[in-house]
Amino acid sequence: MRSSVMPTPPHAGPQSPVAVSTSGLRKAYGDKTVLDGIDLRIPAGSVFALLGPNGAGKTTTVQILSTLVAADGGQALVAGHDVATSPDGVRAAIGVTGQFAALDDLLTAEENLLLMADLLRLGKREARSRTRALLRRFDIADVAHKRAATFSGGMRRRLDIAMTLVGEPQVIFLDEPTTGLDPRSRRTMWDMVRSLVAGGTTVFLTTQYLEEADQLADRIAVLDGGRIVAEGTADELKARIPGSHVRLRFTDAVEYERAGAAFPGATRDDENLALRVAGDGGLDALRALLDRLDAAGIRAADFSVHTPDLDDVFLTLTGTGTTGPAGTGTTGTGAPLHDQETLR
Amino acid sequence: MSTLTFAVHDSMTMLRRNLKHAIRYPAVSLGSAMMPILMLLLFVYAFGDSIGAGMGGGRDAYLNYLTPGVIIMGVAAGSMSTSIAVCSDMTEGIINRFRTMNITRSSFMTGHVLGSVLQTMVSLVLVMGVALALGFRPAAGPVEWLAAAGLLAAIAFAVTWLSAALGLISKTVESASNKPLLVQFLPFLGSAFVPAASMAPGLRWFAEHQPFTPMTEALRGLLSGSEIGNNGWISLAWCAGIALVGYVWSRALFNSTTKR
Repeated sequence: MRSSVMPTPPHAGPQSPVAVSTSGLRKAYGDKTVLDGIDLRIPAGSVFALLGPNGAGKTTTVQILSTLVAADGGQALVAGHDVATSPDGVRAAIGVTGQFAALDDLLTAEENLLLMADLLRLGKREARSRTRALLRRFDIADVAHKRAATFSGGMRRRLDIAMTLVGEPQVIFLDEPTTGLDPRSRRTMWDMVRSLVAGGTTVFLTTQYLEEADQLADRIAVLDGGRIVAEGTADELKARIPGSHVRLRFTDAVEYERAGAAFPGATRDDENLALRVAGDGGLDALRALLDRLDAAGIRAADFSVHTPDLDDVFLTLTGTGTTGPAGTGTTGTGAPLHDQETLR
Repeated sequence: MSTLTFAVHDSMTMLRRNLKHAIRYPAVSLGSAMMPILMLLLFVYAFGDSIGAGMGGGRDAYLNYLTPGVIIMGVAAGSMSTSIAVCSDMTEGIINRFRTMNITRSSFMTGHVLGSVLQTMVSLVLVMGVALALGFRPAAGPVEWLAAAGLLAAIAFAVTWLSAALGLISKTVESASNKPLLVQFLPFLGSAFVPAASMAPGLRWFAEHQPFTPMTEALRGLLSGSEIGNNGWISLAWCAGIALVGYVWSRALFNSTTKR
């Protein structure tokens, strides 16, 4: 019944089981469309990063998938349960750490964890042993009997995640887990995410930090203005934007013409006597390029390698098409990013 | 486990959480006992002689008249502190954690209400202790005491549900702490401090028909060992009505609020 609605049922295919899948997810608040048809397919045991600027709809997506907010349209399955028709099934399978610490400030770290264990209806012994293990794992055992209100930002975030893990969820949602953390706490958080995945958990994280997505995620989706504007691995995304190239500049017009003949596929910049040779910037490609220059006896005045990073991807992909939220900037539209750089 | 045992288990967990808060921060419980105690001292020692004389007795007679009124005021004051606790939970991240867990939805509110009722009852014991120390001499037997405690618990339960709803409609803890003032003030406009019959006509009509007057009169009757007439039943009917409105309103608010 349900599968007839969608062209491809989420469980089709011989691939690994799917932890989270959505199709055509929509949400509007009043006349402001927040999500405009989101399709996702996240294999179990992987890290998925939803990347986007402020106001792109990241938090709303997490809220819908974690049953906090109902979607206006579309379907979402989490751990095999439909968020709309079986929210309790979803809740039993997930753990959520939102942007703001969800702790009881008046309780101690240990009491916070035991509260979770109680609400999960774990037995006394199980509650104790999980609490003890989590306190140790998150390096808060020595402050176990201190009230959460006295904790620093990093400690609060660690306790928050520890509370999320008491139920050993299959799918964990982390909404901007490192926003506001210092670099060291951020590293700790990254290690924690990696260890979770090593244990088979699926992690769905949102972030506005490209480095974070690059570091952690198996797959990244770029969300902008309520739409997924790109999806793939970090490398696939980087490959999607043009610009990985080597730039050769010449001082002599004759030399420039000879180089142009040697690299017929290169883009010419006659005004600056520069050539843009497309390539992935890897060592082998570079060596091949230098060998070719040598063989032709051409001397370039200077030489630079341009590799797009996720920032380029992000700005290129999210710079256009958004009319709304500020902060996405004005770069990335129009002329390719790399032409802005002048080299000496 | 069945749905019901889940609901009971979860509510008890939430109740324990709230009681832990209360024990860790006794200021809230003590605070809700302080106001009625101060009222008691003020009215007995500052106004007691003249009001007592006006009512045809002295300070001691007035203390006996006043104490049930102050106790009722204490119920109103104590119960209304729930709105602050509920609102503060709703504005913190913890509520979203509860909402994304597979727990009985109603347990959050039930835990708050039961916790608040227990807290209020404890603070009433303190107020009663002070009244007895000042010379309050109730004439109630064990049955009357039990009935009085039951009546007070029913009032606390009803007002607490209303208070919980007020906490849910409040956007900030500050506004949550202001809304209940109206309810806390209401016993003044009843027979808590002076008989309704002595008031100006319009106010008198209001005093005779507002819920706290039959409650005050029923408690006064029980403690002084005199007839309570219909006041007991009228009070319980008010309690049932207020509790029902508070409960239905709270539930609707809690289920509809989608958090930012």
